[in-house]
Amino acid sequence: MEVMVILVPLALGLGLVGLLGFLWSLKSGQYDDLEGAAWRAIADDEPAREKAPD
Amino acid sequence: MQATRDFSHYVRDAGSGLQHIDLAVEGVSCAGCMSKIERGLSAIPDVTLARVNLTDRRVALEWKQGALDPISFIDRLAELGYKAYPFETAGAEAAEAEQSRFLLRCLGVAAFATMNVMMLSIPVWSGNVSDMIPEQRDFFHWLSALIALPAAAYAGQPFFRSAFQALRTRNVNMDVPISIGVTLALGMSVVETVNHAEHTYFDAAIMLLTFLLVGRYLDQSMRRRTRAVAGNLAALKAETATKFVGADEISQVPVAAIHPGDIVLLRPGERCAVDGTVIEGRSEIDQSLITGETLYATAEHGTAVYAGSLNISGTLRVRVSAASEGTLLAEITRLLDNALQARSRYVRLADRASRLYAPVVHATALLTMLGWVLMGATWHDAIVTAVAVLIITCPCALGLAIPTVQTVASGAMFRAGVLLNSGDSIERLADVDHVIFDKTGTLTLPELEVTNAAAIPEDVLRLAGQLALASHHPVAAAVARASNAKSPLPGAVEEPGQGVRGYVGAIEVRLGRPSFCGAEQSANDGLSLDPEASTVAFSLGDAKYVFAVRQGLRPDAKVMVSALLKRNIRVEILSGDREPAVEAAARALGVGEWRAGVTPADKIARIEDLKSQGFKVMMVGDGLNDAPSLAAAYVSMSPISAAHLSQATADLVFLGKPLAPVVAAIDFSRKALHLMRQNLWLAVGYNLLAVPIAVSGIVTPLIAAAAMSGSSLLVMVNALRARRVASGEA
Repeated sequence: MEVMVILVPLALGLGLVGLLGFLWSLKSGQYDDLEGAAWRAIADDEPAREKAPD
Repeated sequence: MQATRDFSHYVRDAGSGLQHIDLAVEGVSCAGCMSKIERGLSAIPDVTLARVNLTDRRVALEWKQGALDPISFIDRLAELGYKAYPFETAGAEAAEAEQSRFLLRCLGVAAFATMNVMMLSIPVWSGNVSDMIPEQRDFFHWLSALIALPAAAYAGQPFFRSAFQALRTRNVNMDVPISIGVTLALGMSVVETVNHAEHTYFDAAIMLLTFLLVGRYLDQSMRRRTRAVAGNLAALKAETATKFVGADEISQVPVAAIHPGDIVLLRPGERCAVDGTVIEGRSEIDQSLITGETLYATAEHGTAVYAGSLNISGTLRVRVSAASEGTLLAEITRLLDNALQARSRYVRLADRASRLYAPVVHATALLTMLGWVLMGATWHDAIVTAVAVLIITCPCALGLAIPTVQTVASGAMFRAGVLLNSGDSIERLADVDHVIFDKTGTLTLPELEVTNAAAIPEDVLRLAGQLALASHHPVAAAVARASNAKSPLPGAVEEPGQGVRGYVGAIEVRLGRPSFCGAEQSANDGLSLDPEASTVAFSLGDAKYVFAVRQGLRPDAKVMVSALLKRNIRVEILSGDREPAVEAAARALGVGEWRAGVTPADKIARIEDLKSQGFKVMMVGDGLNDAPSLAAAYVSMSPISAAHLSQATADLVFLGKPLAPVVAAIDFSRKALHLMRQNLWLAVGYNLLAVPIAVSGIVTPLIAAAAMSGSSLLVMVNALRARRVASGEA
């Protein structure tokens, strides 16, 4: 059961990293526009459009 | 005098040499619009940020200081086909947004804590039936406590605060049993952990908070979205005023930048955006938005004008007494204060449920404890069982039962064109059995329209429309709309107070007063057909035509009145307008009950009278004179074109020309109330099943966790049914 000495802090640490990540994403305004974010994921990339010949 | 548009009021300094502005944009609804706008604006040199928010329908822009004028962005957006206007976040909306972020933070903390505590609980649950040694179990319990206690202290804040406030005012709301349940569960678990016991409830307590926070967050984001849309609509009305910045120099500024004491210019055809006193000029003004009276009033030196008045004929200079939302007619303010005070505080369904629920649950827990002690159990075991009862009955499903339905129903109403101002309006709207309509601006459209357009040859109508575009007069604007004319007639000249004239080839065309066009005879004939209409004449050489112009009924008003009657809802018209006008509208719509020439005080008296007869009255009105009665009614509704004060007082606001949203809102709210009740019964039913198990003392934390998530999912899925009402009803 010595493995718990590593696994338990690791699990708690990962949980904490996840929580901090969430709080950071909240603070940087990533939840301000949930509808727009959904569409941005499938929007065309900016440079690809500009390279295309007109 | 050419006015310049000045939006510097809305520009913020974003630091490091950048300037920032927020624009509300109309018609952004898809991903295509989003990239089109962002590319179009980013292409302007010196723009450093252009980002569309699709949820709020706004654009945030930043650019290098001094390089650009905000007007250029609005013009660019207009070229792209979007109407935009600078936007300033109102205090209420900023507070909602902050609250929403706080709830999301709490939800995040609670959700992460739940996941980690569950990760520790599952080995304990499986270990209890296999071979886990007590030391390991204690270690896991201590770890759970380490995560759950601080997380609950943080994420429980919304509930603890609200419960504390309720108790301080000697009330009980749903948050009181929640707070007691969570605190006791955590406290007992700590004691059990110290005593090396087998079961703790850290997982159940923190999971309960997570589920409840989901409900709170949904409720909050519904209100926030409504506020954002209402804020955009207010901004897109683009209320500006022409302000004197020098003796003879004028500038077009947003109303928010006008201060008392400023002098503004009011030209014919403009709607006054401020309250003030006329200091120069003479004109006729249309005060129908304020009084409901459709006859024009005379304005001259010393006359008080109010925001919403439409200037008809002459140019006025007005000294501002208070900008945008300031002083109003003293009588209306007084009545409104009284009505708001008298507004009986409606007890929401959730609070009524918790008033019954809290004593029952706490009594059950107490009896369980005493019962076990009497049957010979130890105090320790009795208390553990009692706390288990509290946990299993903790209103997880109850906390979700109402907010989820409200969120889904308000989303459906939003799509039908109805915005909610107050959260409990859905519940009140569902009970309505008597609807009172104001006439002017509510049953009728706020804009004038040509009633005999079909009787006029099409080419003549188009020509008249082109000529009308040269004038700002509201009657001319009605002719222009009726003709769909796009480009004004070149060289047309407006003669103030008379009309417009111009030339088509060698033929003179005139549009205006019948005397101006030499068409008095045909105008009198027209008036005898429709005495309520005002007439405008058009002469094309020797040929004379007469247009009849009036405020038309909303296109579907008749259908909607009969739809209301079909739902056993009584319909009545109360209007401040003259008797013949009200009678004509009532007859056209098939409304039997109507009163004309009603003062704001009379309207309130009528509502109180109906209330005392036991009717649940909905008031639908738009005028400033309706504001007190909107507050006095059981529930109230305003069109988006209503006066500021009325819109702020009404519980619901509907968009667009048709009246259909009024009926749709009633249908959706009835369905929603039905589902809320159903959800409450589902939650009660679940408790009836679970409580005997808890009382008998065989509940394990595993059973508690499974029961809690099961009942929460059930009410959430049931709430989704509020999206639709049965076809044929809507």
